[in-house]
Amino acid sequence: MTEALPTEIELAVVTPDRQVARERVKSVTIPGKSGYLGVLPGHAPLLTELSPGTLSYSETSKTVFLAVTWGFAEVLPGHVIVLANTAERPEEIDLARAERAKQRAEERLKNLSDPELDQERAREALRRAIARIETARHAKSV
Amino acid sequence: MKVVAASRLRRAQERIFGARPYAREMMALMESVAAHTPEPYHPLLEQRPVKKTLLVVVTADRGLCGAFNANLIRAAESYVGQHPDLDVSLLALGRKGRDAFRRRGMNLAGERVNLFRNLDFSHAQEIARELTESYTRRSVDAVDVIYNEFKSILTQRVRIERFLPIAPLRSQAGELMVDYIYEQPPRELFRALAPRYVEIEVYRTLLESQAAEHAARMTAMDAATNNADELIDSLTLTLNRLRQAAITKEIIEVVSGADALR
Repeated sequence: MTEALPTEIELAVVTPDRQVARERVKSVTIPGKSGYLGVLPGHAPLLTELSPGTLSYSETSKTVFLAVTWGFAEVLPGHVIVLANTAERPEEIDLARAERAKQRAEERLKNLSDPELDQERAREALRRAIARIETARHAKSV
Repeated sequence: MKVVAASRLRRAQERIFGARPYAREMMALMESVAAHTPEPYHPLLEQRPVKKTLLVVVTADRGLCGAFNANLIRAAESYVGQHPDLDVSLLALGRKGRDAFRRRGMNLAGERVNLFRNLDFSHAQEIARELTESYTRRSVDAVDVIYNEFKSILTQRVRIERFLPIAPLRSQAGELMVDYIYEQPPRELFRALAPRYVEIEVYRTLLESQAAEHAARMTAMDAATNNADELIDSLTLTLNRLRQAAITKEIIEVVSGADALR
């Protein structure tokens, strides 16, 4: 009595501004809060919070990378829905800006004695910058 | 002006359509997580006796859009009038509302002007943060919003909605409940989701109001052009009549002058 497992995943990536992707894919890798998750067709239902990182999905011939900052992902056997705060394609990433943001955040985190410093925010900014830079790099190396 | 408003309206409509999938998925996710959390508790869902409310009034920054702003301000005033037992403070989003409430000396708790020129999700996030903070600090017991809903190009409707506390989520009994694997405990997920939900609601309201504003301005400007055309027509007619009368009078004078000389 096993139902035939789906062979493809219908992936939807949406942000508050737009729908970034809606495609049929072979596999998805999600930057979950507790680590990266690989999702293949027929995955058990799952819910997770996202952390800044690279979301990637493979179509038949190519792999696509997206830099996501924060959000949620819902996995169902034939669907993956990603609700991201922001999701950028590598060609949309302003690498120089991300590098600057990374430097700024690192400098801030060096002066831990500064009482004005919102550590949590600086750390978040650093992780977002790193997510963007790495996504851009991934895309180049493929 | 009409053409400008029309092109802005098109862009505003596109943004609403762009934001819809996210809002829809967010709702679905909220509901499914709420259904799996025994007693989905969150400070933003807490219902308490309402003594102090914050009324968010979403007006436009600029005028020349018919009764768009006037209707809202009237609705806000009647809201305050209808709840004499409540301590209502106002948050004005948009210059027109702020100015009107200042003139009337109403209790303004905050204001945001020049919001709609470059409306962006981060603005909605800031506003949502303010709202949730004053709710969790218990400086207000409820947050209501008054805005113009974009129904069609010709009609906008003033709507009053309750933002906070978040309405108790109905779990759909009929629908097949999926048994999820939770990477994080549902309670934690729910805690992260609830503020997000407020943000997207604020964003949706702002987009809605923006589209309604452009639609109102478009119709107002169209009506203004038509009225001006009519006025020009009737004035041209009067002008021609008067000119004709003056000419006739002059001819009569010339003719009767010539007659007198004979």
